[in-house]
Order: sequence, then C-alpha cells, then structure tokens
Amino acid sequence: MADKKHKLLEVKGLTMDFGGLRAVDSVSLEIHEGEIAALIGPNGAGKTTFFNCVTGIYNPTKGDVLLHPKGLKTRRLNGLKPNKVTEMGLARTFQNIRLFQEMTVLENVMIGRHCRTKSGIFRSIIRDKSVREEERQIVETSYRLLEKVGLEDFANEFSKNLPYGAQRRLEIARAMATDPFLLLLDEPAAGMNPQETDELVHLIRKISSEDKIAILLIEHDMKLVMNISDPIYVMEYGKKIAEGTPQQIKDNPKVIEAYLGDDDDA
Amino acid sequence: MTTMMQEFKQSIIVSIWFVFLTFPLVVVRVNTMNNVVEWRWMNMVWIAAGSFVLSYLWRYMLARKLVQKKVEEAGGDTRGKLQILLEDESFRYKAMGVLLIVALIYPQVFDTYQTTIMISALIYVVLGLGLNINVGLAGMLDLGYVAFFGIGAYTFAIINHHFDVSFWLMLPVGGLVGCLFGIILGFPILRLRGDYLAIVTLGFGMIFKVVMENWTALSFGPSGIANIDKPGLFGLDMNLASHTNYIYYIMIAMVVFTIIVTNRLKNSRIGRAWIALREDEIACVAMGIDMARTKLSAYALGAFWAGMVGVLFASKTTFINPASFTFMESAIILSIVVLGGMGSILGVILGAFILILLPEYMRAFSEYRMLAFGAAMVLMMIFRPQGIISGLRQKYEYKGLKGQSNDG
Repeated sequence: MADKKHKLLEVKGLTMDFGGLRAVDSVSLEIHEGEIAALIGPNGAGKTTFFNCVTGIYNPTKGDVLLHPKGLKTRRLNGLKPNKVTEMGLARTFQNIRLFQEMTVLENVMIGRHCRTKSGIFRSIIRDKSVREEERQIVETSYRLLEKVGLEDFANEFSKNLPYGAQRRLEIARAMATDPFLLLLDEPAAGMNPQETDELVHLIRKISSEDKIAILLIEHDMKLVMNISDPIYVMEYGKKIAEGTPQQIKDNPKVIEAYLGDDDDA
Repeated sequence: MTTMMQEFKQSIIVSIWFVFLTFPLVVVRVNTMNNVVEWRWMNMVWIAAGSFVLSYLWRYMLARKLVQKKVEEAGGDTRGKLQILLEDESFRYKAMGVLLIVALIYPQVFDTYQTTIMISALIYVVLGLGLNINVGLAGMLDLGYVAFFGIGAYTFAIINHHFDVSFWLMLPVGGLVGCLFGIILGFPILRLRGDYLAIVTLGFGMIFKVVMENWTALSFGPSGIANIDKPGLFGLDMNLASHTNYIYYIMIAMVVFTIIVTNRLKNSRIGRAWIALREDEIACVAMGIDMARTKLSAYALGAFWAGMVGVLFASKTTFINPASFTFMESAIILSIVVLGGMGSILGVILGAFILILLPEYMRAFSEYRMLAFGAAMVLMMIFRPQGIISGLRQKYEYKGLKGQSNDG
C-alpha cells in the first residue's frame, strides 16, 4: 500500500562513528508522503544521532540521505549544512528545547520564515515598500502558525516565559514556518502531562492531514506512538532491529527483548 | 520585618568587625617625634559608619534582587518604572523630540570646552552602537573593536596626507574600509565562540596597534600623522569655536543616522537572525539561517560605524598616533555596551554618556577613576546583569488577522 505513495526521504545504510564508537550502524528507512512515522528505541540507541545526521548537524561517516521533493530532482543531503537541509524542506525540533529565549513567541516563529524571505541589509535599512510587504507577510504567516498550535495569545511574550508544553508546541510552529514537506520531531511529548499529550496528538494529526506534511518522530511515549504512527522503526545499539505497523512491532520478539531485556539475563 | 532586623544586626556585626580590623591602622598612631601615642577616635567612627552603610546597602540590594526573582518566577512584572515608561511609544517620541532640541541648542548655550567634551561622548555613542551590533545583537564578543576605529582614522589620515582628499569624500570610504577589515577578521573566527573568540579579537586589536607603531613607511610610526584636514563646509573659513560647533553638528547627525539604521536593522529580518544567533547557534542554523553570512554581516556592519567615526575622530583632533587606539579604548567601548544594556540602543547611549562624561566632570577624583570604574562594573554585573536598560523587542499587532484564520 505504502509503495504506491511518493517516497520523500530515503536513508540508505546510514552510519555514524564518533571515534571508535559506532552510534548509528547502517540504518535504512523511507518516509512516504502523508506518513506519520516513528523512530523508537531504548535510551542511547542512536535515535537523536540519526536525526542529527539527516538534518546536517553531523556529517555521517557512511551512507546516503536522499531527499525526493515532489516534482523536483533528488537531492543528496550528506555533508550539507543544516541551513541548506532546512531550505530543502526538512525541518526539525529538538529534544532539549532550543528556543530563542530572549525573543518573543512570534519572533521565534518569524525566524523560521528567514530562509523563505530575502530582504537584505541595505533594503532593511531603506525599508522600501516590498520590504514592508514582506515583513507584513512574515508576521501574518507566523501568526497563523501560532493560531494553529494555539499560542496566539502569547505572541508578544518572551518565549522563555512560556510553560513547558507550550514551548514544545512553539518549536513545532517555528519548524513549520520554514515550509517543510517533512517534519522531524525529537521527543515532542517529553515532559508533557496526559492532557497536553492529547492536544499534541491532535496537533500532529492536523499537521499531517491539513498541511500535507510528512512526519518522522522520536518518542518514548508508547501510547502516543502506537496511536498515531505507521510505520514504526525500532533502533537498539545504533542498529535498526525492526520495522512495521504498530501491531507488528508489538508482537515482535526482538522489540520486546530490547525493551524488557532478555529472559536469560533476568 | 524580622529579616530587616536581621540585616541590621548583620550590618552592625560587619561594622564592628571592620573597626576591629582597622583599629591598629587608622586609630592608633605612635608619634615618634614627641614619643606619644595619638588616638584618632574620629577615624574609628567614620569606619564604623561607612562599613555599616555599605554593608546594609549591599544586603538591601541583594534582598531586593531576591524578591524580584520570586516575582519573576511567579510570572509577575519585574520591569522598573523607567522600563515601563520607555515601552510607551508616544512617550518615546516626545522624549526623543525634547532630546533632539536640547542636543541642537547645546553648543549655543555652553562654551567650546563643553562642546568638545560632548563631541567625544558622541563619538563613543556611535562606537557603542556599532559594537552593540556585534556584542549586543549577534552575541559575538569583540575585544579589539578599537582596531576598526583606528583603521578608519588611519585611512583618512594617510590618504589625506598624501592625496589631500577631503573629509566628506573619505567619510564613507573610511566606513567601507572598516567593513572590509571586519569581513577579513570575520572569516577566520566564524567557528569560534566565547573565550576563543575573545582572545582572537583581542589579538587583532593588538596587531593593529603594533603594525601602526612599526610600519613607519605607512603610518609614520609612534610619532603619528599631524595636520589632518578638518571637515570643510563649502570652503568656508571658520574659527576654532565655530569649527567645534560644526563638528558637533556633524556628530549629532551621525548619531541620529546610526540610531535610525541600527533601530531598523534590529527589527528586520537580518536583525532577528543576529539575535537568534546570539540565543542559540544550533537552533539558528537548523531554522535555515546561514551562519557564516549572518556573522560576517554583523562584523562588517559593526566595523562600518567604527571606521566612519574614526574618520571623524582623525579630522576632529587633526592628529593621530597609535597611542589613541589601545586595548583600554576597546575595553571602554565594551563597557559602554555592557553597562548600558546589551542590544538596547537607548541603554548604549546612556552608557556612553555615563562612562565618558562622568570622568570628565569628576577630574578631581581622576586617580580613583579606574577603581570606581571596576567597582561599578562588578556591582552592575551582580545587581543588574542586563544593563541599565534591557533590550526591548518589537511588539506586533494583528487586529485585522483574528477571526479570518481559515483561508491560510
């Protein structure tokens, strides 16, 4: 079924070494249009490293990261700088929230528009009509995104003053401001209470259906993962040990072993 | 109430302790000529009172800071009265109008000496605002900023000396040469942060001074370049007083220009990118901002102001030598930015006036200048790390946007 859909991201044999430590060991996966995929695994399995390799923060030791934007030719992402990767249409959030604390909530989202707008220094000083129009559009787009994640009432607050759950949603809005077609969420529900998690599930579904953005998320909240994602990829010790639908993952003995430990060890 | 009593008690203990410590030094004096012991009891009283007041003040300020922190944690408003006033736009415009009028009639009211002092304060205002782009907005520490100031000054002095090019032509050229060197310095330090960045920029400042001292063929070495042209006004002849006034007005125009430009940049796409870079470099690049380009633009623009005001400095003093561009100058400019409030234009202006004018008017205490300077910086960092006035962020209105959110 998934084969007929357009393939957006293709990762082939991705390997990342830190000195002698192999943090990611030839992991391959594919994200198709309209999917909400999940990457799970015990702590230290290499999930965030995998994210960092895909988004250009690390340069992978081996393997390929290929992006197939619809209607455009395939791009290889290895070795590209993170800002180029974002320009290609692949945005991310961070596990440990990385907002611009001394900027307002709205300005945080406006930063996301940076790579889609172009007024330079001189035109910003002169502030001619087209610059003012561009600014107006930046504000408007950003404000709509704040409405989408339900933070419009905090638009002029400093982002450091937001409650934790709201900061996570703001990160999502900021990433969406870069007009991505694939969104990578690194533990979006970490530290959220059940109600906030429910709202997040709703938001992720909305992004997927309304904005037609494919999503790959890392998450430890199994209820959330089983609830919204298909397919699910499982990593352990840098290797991919399983992939499939939620039901297949639940029944996979390797996954159970990875999470609960081997019977023999007990 | 009880805490206040406690503070009081603590301060008295401190006071007694200081009296005990300093007793043999300041109270007892053996007069060896007459072989008598002099008891200077008044000194003891002074020490007791002084240490009590200082200690109490210190404790009071710390307690106030603690209260403020609690209010902030509770989500309350910790802005001072001044800050609230400043965020009111109509007040801001009125205040600006008044200030501009005061600035314009200043040389008519005061004598040439006062105007000259004011010119040097204004020079530091522009330097502070330029460095504010680097340090305050983009968050890149620069300990060698004075080098760009010197580059502007020397560019004008050398070219004026050899080719007799006028001030007005060289003003933008000095800025552009500063810019160029900003970019040249910017490239190797793109990857540096924090301590390493500070050391490299410090080195750059040092290198500039050493080169100017030793490359005699270019800069005439430590003896400097004299007889630099003053800025002309359609070939008009002016006496010293009116020339000072003229330079003063040029300086006012330059300050206004700098304020307008930095203010516009601060709330533009580029300015936001600078601030984002300051806040979190990794998040910044992950959001699609080109780090190299953004950093270089901040360096180039910061250096531009220094270069331009350097031209004016050379033209005002008509004589420059490398001794005008020491590390001390960089430190003072940096202090202006930090003391005034990083990223805040008004704060930087205020900081420049305080740090340049106060020492001028308190010449009687000039021996204690560095001491007071250091103490003020330490106290500032403890009680008000954000500076006199913290940076304001633009607030955006969207009255027309609400309720029609479905078409987006």
